Amino acid sequence: MTRYLPFAALLLLGGCSSSSTWGWYVIDPTTASGWINIKFLVSGMGDTILISVIAAAISIALGLMVALPALSHRRWLRIVNRVYVELIRSIPLLPMLFWVFYGLPIIFRSMGLNIPIDPFWGAIITLALSDSAFTAEIYRAGIQSIPKGQHEASQTIGLSYAQTMRYVILPQAIRRILPPLANQFIYIVKMSAFASVIGMQELTRRANELVVTEYRPLEIYSLLIVEYLVLVLIISAGVRWLERRMSADERI
Amino acid sequence: MTETAIELVGVNKWFGDFHVLKDIDLTVGAGQKVVICGPSGSGKSTVVRCINRLEKHQKGTIRVNGTELRGDAQTIAAIRSEVGMVFQQFNLFPHLTVLDNLMLGPVKARGLTRAEAEKTARHYLARVHIPDQADKYPGQLSGGQQQRVAIARSLCMEPRVLLFDEPTSALDPEMISEVLDVMIELALDGMTMVVVTHEMGFARKVADQMVFMDAGEIVERGAPEEVFAAPKSDRCRKFLSQILQH
Repeated sequence: MTRYLPFAALLLLGGCSSSSTWGWYVIDPTTASGWINIKFLVSGMGDTILISVIAAAISIALGLMVALPALSHRRWLRIVNRVYVELIRSIPLLPMLFWVFYGLPIIFRSMGLNIPIDPFWGAIITLALSDSAFTAEIYRAGIQSIPKGQHEASQTIGLSYAQTMRYVILPQAIRRILPPLANQFIYIVKMSAFASVIGMQELTRRANELVVTEYRPLEIYSLLIVEYLVLVLIISAGVRWLERRMSADERI
Repeated sequence: MTETAIELVGVNKWFGDFHVLKDIDLTVGAGQKVVICGPSGSGKSTVVRCINRLEKHQKGTIRVNGTELRGDAQTIAAIRSEVGMVFQQFNLFPHLTVLDNLMLGPVKARGLTRAEAEKTARHYLARVHIPDQADKYPGQLSGGQQQRVAIARSLCMEPRVLLFDEPTSALDPEMISEVLDVMIELALDGMTMVVVTHEMGFARKVADQMVFMDAGEIVERGAPEEVFAAPKSDRCRKFLSQILQH
């Protein structure tokens, strides 16, 4: 963290100087209005984290379900996997968000279902879908890295496919899967910023709203970047810890 | 020789265009030991792997203890429950202790309680002469010990037939005999065994039937003494002279 201090100090010094191009007062914690603004901006943190965590959890489960057909002997199952991965991977996040938020309810209605999609779930569904294609590829690579002999040995002691996956393959593959999966979480956190365009009151949306009233984009967006930086640095530290633990566990 | 344990009739298999098995006929009686040898690529491993359906044969019939091996999951499961297999690369589960390696099949596939499975596991660990390694991980054992754990793991499923696919080929020379000793003990106990190996000392000692394969065919078969003393085909004679003369 210490290496970022000079950068922060520079920004602060710039703000303290009398130059008319700086207006750090908008987020100056020593003034009452500055403190209120900071609290307003940081209060989006909860929704950003909540959206990201739920989307990641769904993506982790969905990714496994998408990855398993890729390992099948049946061609059509592998094709299903391929089509899903290529399609989802090629849709930019913003169009997918619009499709889910504005389009999906129409499909639901035409099916006679009354399922409204609010910004919160719209964002989660989009992030989870978009990320699941990548998660699936991570699972596939991890599972395929386990030698074929492990499957064969499991078969010869009578384990079913599901049992082989659960007790033999996945416990070994998870060591190789978990670090890249955690890494993928950083992607979700950053992409959750798109939820602002459908009205989700997360970090970016709050920054946008404050910019409109205070007209201080440079200062407010700088703080926004620092907010994401802090989040991502915390996750990175977690990923590194996980990688160390996983390699220490290696008994092969 | 009483009943038939394994019967292969006219078995053929192709890998793409490559004809790996050509009209294989092989009968193994209950309690019999068959040793299959032959140059690499001759199809000997494939024969063994077809018996428990790790490979699928395309033509001919395979029967194990009277059950014909078909594509349906039920038959495959039934046959696999009676056939154990020991691999060249051991294929132990590296994330599980030796004891858990042995108990996984009995507990998950057979539905034994952990206590029952542990009793069986310790019994067979003692039989392969490593009762004190139960709590170690495979990576902490020598190759010879790992292969004996693999044999014990197969035995825990109480199979009627054991298949060995070059069980000593991946071992350092000084560890080969500890594995062969265990296999000889099993043979003397009456286990039905089909062994792919180049260990001709083992073959002489236990085999009822020697099978020599080359280019996907069974070229020669007979009692080990006959095959060793007077190989009928040139290919077999040449192969034996190559592996016996160092």
